[in-house]
Amino acid sequence: MYVAVKGGEKAIKSSLKLLEKKRKETGTKSIEINQIKEQLSFAVDRVINEGSLYDKDLSALAIKQSQGDLVEAIFLLRAYRTTLERYAYSTAIDTSKIIIKRRISASFKDIPGGQILGPTFDYSHRLLDFSLMKEDEINSYENINNQEPKNKEFPSVIDYLNNENLLEQEINNLNDNPFDVTRDPMKFPASRDQWMQILARGDEGFLLGLSYSAIRGFGSKGTHPFVGEIKYGIVDIFISPDELGFEICIGEIEISECQMIDQFEGNKNTPPQFTRGYGLTFGYNERKSMAISIVDRALKSEGYGEEIKFPIQDQEFVLYHADNVEAQGFVTHLKLPHYVDFQGELNLIRKLRNEILQGKKL
Amino acid sequence: MKTGFNFAYLDEATKRMIRRKILKAICIPGYQCPFGGREMPLAYGWGTGGIQVTASIIGKQDILKVIDQGADDTTNAVSIKNFFKRVCNIMITDRTAEASLIQTRHRIPETTLNKDQIIVYQVPQPEPLRKLEPKEKETRKLHAYKEYALMHVKLYEEISQFGSVIKTWAYPVETNNRYITDPTPIPKFDNPKMNNMEALQLFGAGREKRIYAIPPYTKVKSLDFDDHPFEIQTWDECCSICGSTKSYLDEIIINNEGKKNFICSDTDFCKSNLEKNK
Repeated sequence: MYVAVKGGEKAIKSSLKLLEKKRKETGTKSIEINQIKEQLSFAVDRVINEGSLYDKDLSALAIKQSQGDLVEAIFLLRAYRTTLERYAYSTAIDTSKIIIKRRISASFKDIPGGQILGPTFDYSHRLLDFSLMKEDEINSYENINNQEPKNKEFPSVIDYLNNENLLEQEINNLNDNPFDVTRDPMKFPASRDQWMQILARGDEGFLLGLSYSAIRGFGSKGTHPFVGEIKYGIVDIFISPDELGFEICIGEIEISECQMIDQFEGNKNTPPQFTRGYGLTFGYNERKSMAISIVDRALKSEGYGEEIKFPIQDQEFVLYHADNVEAQGFVTHLKLPHYVDFQGELNLIRKLRNEILQGKKL
Repeated sequence: MKTGFNFAYLDEATKRMIRRKILKAICIPGYQCPFGGREMPLAYGWGTGGIQVTASIIGKQDILKVIDQGADDTTNAVSIKNFFKRVCNIMITDRTAEASLIQTRHRIPETTLNKDQIIVYQVPQPEPLRKLEPKEKETRKLHAYKEYALMHVKLYEEISQFGSVIKTWAYPVETNNRYITDPTPIPKFDNPKMNNMEALQLFGAGREKRIYAIPPYTKVKSLDFDDHPFEIQTWDECCSICGSTKSYLDEIIINNEGKKNFICSDTDFCKSNLEKNK
């Protein structure tokens, strides 16, 4: 009996060393986790979403370890979260009770509580700021008087449309046993809780492309959705342990939420009405929350009895291919040796060619 | 040795869940049993299903063998062995006969497996009908109704177009007269070994979250037609190392002019055969 130590083993060891060398060889100063967390916060927020673990420190660590390869960082975080025990499911968060940092509506000029632009690249000019090439210590910033409203109630704007029944009701059928995408295998037809979880941790690029396809013409009716409301802020997380019988707050998280309004032509039984698409993400991921809301609406097509003819409406197409940990794994597995299979193909193609070249009748 | 992780990485509740699914899979040979697959620290498509099955059934006394393309020393096989060494600290072997647990990608060892062994296959796509019907909702129905016309027509079309079935690997089988099963991308050369195998055969698909099984001594038939019986690959050449004419051969290009040699894909078999012939 012996432990297999052969060529592969040595090659793997050297490969890992080379990877480490790549990070260190120029001898620059090591980046601190805090610097990544604070100064690359959008990357950190993307990784906590798709890694589906709300831990910004570990996210920053994963980004450092993966040398900035975010899909790799997401994978690291996923592989870590899988070892964590699940203590409890939180109760549904209430996004009307939010410490608001940004909140806009594109459907109404003014809204109760006001439009709050907050931090956004939206109106920045995308000109490279060469002063950042050599930035001294970040120890001062212009403290703007932003009159941030604290702890106010911000009820959902689009619910105002409910008064006239113009908007579909979002029926509150909170399930005691929500689908858990980290524990349950995919099932079809998929339920909304299932697809919302998959979209929340789905690949941002994939979802962005899909949502773009829908509003460009490869979506139902090619209609143009309206942003009812976008929010970015901090909400409390509650759990309700059986032994206590009441809710306790266990912490707070940053979220981005998008409520999209879309059209519905109506049918024999239902008069025309606006419909909703909803997107929710951890952290500040506004673009992704918008993409999710468009995909969500498209996935509801079947429920409205709309014709399913575009990829974005197809549950299996969207949900099976949104996860970048799965996608990157399977695409890159093509790097693994396939010589046994390829030998089968070689063997066959020679046989087929010989038969044809020798004029053998099929 | 302290690894910092639970024995075999997964927590005990997860392992129990997977073992229950394995038992169900064994009770319904060839049926694809959904399971709550977990993320593993190795990439999807690189053996996470097999790794989860192995991690759930492995014990401290087990002796593990891992092969990829038949070889013990390919990088991914080495990487999986390193993973189990790190989280289990168990015995590892190259010898097929010594192993109690064999995890494989794309081959079944040439050495006949016995009743005290378990072979765990890594499965990229558990659904043999997937290329014919992309929808899971539909393929589950087709299996439930034992409605396999799609597959038979496909094989028939290949024969009418090429004179023979052109599937050379992942050649579909029927398990226990019931489910059409994907044997994983093993060459069709290995299909006959699955029939009536003494060892338990377990299949883990991580990305697709399915487990299926073929219990020992189960009939496994490669699909064919009376006038076009199933055939395995043959070579005019023999292994240039051990001289075997009975094993599956890999083709090696040995110089820039494209001169080729053939060697056994099963490295352990090749080594044993060479020793025997000395």
